[in-house]
Amino acid sequence: MRNTFADVFYEAGKEDPRLCVVVADISPAGSIAKFRSDFPDRFINTGVAEQVMIGIAAGLALGGMRPFAYTIATFTLFRPYEMIRCDLCYQNLPVTVVGIGGGVVYSTLGTTHHAQEDIALTCALPNMQVIAPCDPEETRAATLWCTQQSNGPVYLRLAKAGEPVLTGKAEDPWQFGKVRCLEKGDDVAILTYGPIMKTAIEIAGQFRAQGQSVSLYSVHTLKPLDKEGILSILKRHKQVVIIEEMVPHGGLAHMVKALAWDAQASCRLDTFALHDEFHHNYGSHAQLLAVHGLSREAIAAKLGL
Amino acid sequence: MEHADFDAAAARGRCLGYRKRILEISQQVMAVHAAPAFSCLEMTDAIYNGMMRRDVAGKYIDAFLISKGHGCLSQYVILEEQGIFAADDLPNYCTPQGRLGAHPDYGTPGIEASTGSLGHGLGIAVGMALADKINGRDRVTYCIVGDGEMQEGSIWEAIMMAPNLKLDNLVCFMDYNDYQGLGRTSETHPYFYPMHDKLQSFGWEAVDLNGHDAPAMVAAVKNRQGERPFFVVCRTVKGKGVSYMENVPIWHYRSPNKEEYAQALAELKEIAS
Repeated sequence: MRNTFADVFYEAGKEDPRLCVVVADISPAGSIAKFRSDFPDRFINTGVAEQVMIGIAAGLALGGMRPFAYTIATFTLFRPYEMIRCDLCYQNLPVTVVGIGGGVVYSTLGTTHHAQEDIALTCALPNMQVIAPCDPEETRAATLWCTQQSNGPVYLRLAKAGEPVLTGKAEDPWQFGKVRCLEKGDDVAILTYGPIMKTAIEIAGQFRAQGQSVSLYSVHTLKPLDKEGILSILKRHKQVVIIEEMVPHGGLAHMVKALAWDAQASCRLDTFALHDEFHHNYGSHAQLLAVHGLSREAIAAKLGL
Repeated sequence: MEHADFDAAAARGRCLGYRKRILEISQQVMAVHAAPAFSCLEMTDAIYNGMMRRDVAGKYIDAFLISKGHGCLSQYVILEEQGIFAADDLPNYCTPQGRLGAHPDYGTPGIEASTGSLGHGLGIAVGMALADKINGRDRVTYCIVGDGEMQEGSIWEAIMMAPNLKLDNLVCFMDYNDYQGLGRTSETHPYFYPMHDKLQSFGWEAVDLNGHDAPAMVAAVKNRQGERPFFVVCRTVKGKGVSYMENVPIWHYRSPNKEEYAQALAELKEIAS
């Protein structure tokens, strides 16, 4: 995802002189390194200084630029949170805040490097738009959209590198602000975002093995949430399953439950999220998700699959 | 494109009028940040009337933002006088029918950025100046920070970055009124001073002068070497011009009552450079 982001940004930046990147001492991956050498004026490194990364991005936007602030999610978001709130959201400036390693992707680095609350915190901010692609192809479409939009600030939650393409045969194209149907069925709908889509696909397979017809959706845009799209999913399915790599508060599960209550939905609703805990465990990303109860096996068991 | 010659007598007259206008506004609301506006009034006036260039149509070319947003009445009275604000803006200060609050709000005419939370404005100013460099635009960005605000780590991130980015188009003033919430800044943080040498060691060109001496500030900015960002430590008096407000912390935000207002008006006079 990181490399796809870099490739798309480089190509867009070649054409649009307003695009620039402000990083806080993160080693530029792939094409961002090329962007740095080809357009040194538009590559700004603040060093280990995330507050001024956001402040400078705000000032650049006020000066007519289209900045992308880019570092590891926890540092891009938590450290300068008040700058994101006041400088970007309050002033509604077109700055894309890119968080690498959303959720617990940096699974060997410990909680200091996790951004397991990022979606809740960004969705809470007025004017903020929140996007979490599930694979490199969605990252391509989302990044391109970010380079072209002028609405206001965006939080673009990415994982790391090496994620597989999961949306090659999707029913719908990627469209900002719309839930995206990857597979259409009639009985069960699975809603998710981010690279945990891989697990969602496996769970869909297990439902199918039991003779159920399954819909699979990427809810890549968390804010603004596609309320109509979600309501239609709640209406059309007997069971809706939500899987998210985020704390259990303030994320997709809560938002869908609120919609379901308002719509008096009658479907069964199962939700899976990270624990509301700081775990002191290390390992692969999949292993850390398992610690949080988000392995395929644990989810399947709770769903009776 | 050149700023007009700076008339010190005219500036003193303007600042007397601005102080009276701020006191007048103080009678509309329960709380007003008069003292923090009085300390940076000569600075703000000198920036608008002695430093910022205008185009042939009279529109400002250069930019100004006040990072110590609570001092914004110093800017509001100037924007009112210059007709950048509408006539009913300040009369509706802090009311539901108005658009001006106690801190500057981006989107209001003449306001470059929303400030008020301390430690934000200088970083934004660095970004604005950088955008001008990238785009080859001839504009100087002026910024006022507070002395208490200098304790914010984010200010030092911005101070670190400005010379690294070679921003010779950035001028920052520090309102050294020596007061913050819990006392004299130089007493609560004695090892933090002097300040201008710290700025120099970070790569800025810096001077230390009287912040109520407008001609001195105009001359310092005009005569700067101009190869690096420029920092002016302005020694000021909080509440300058009203005896009972000077260096008395409660006037950070309190509005004078009727009698106090009358006394203030009676004793206000032009402040010698």
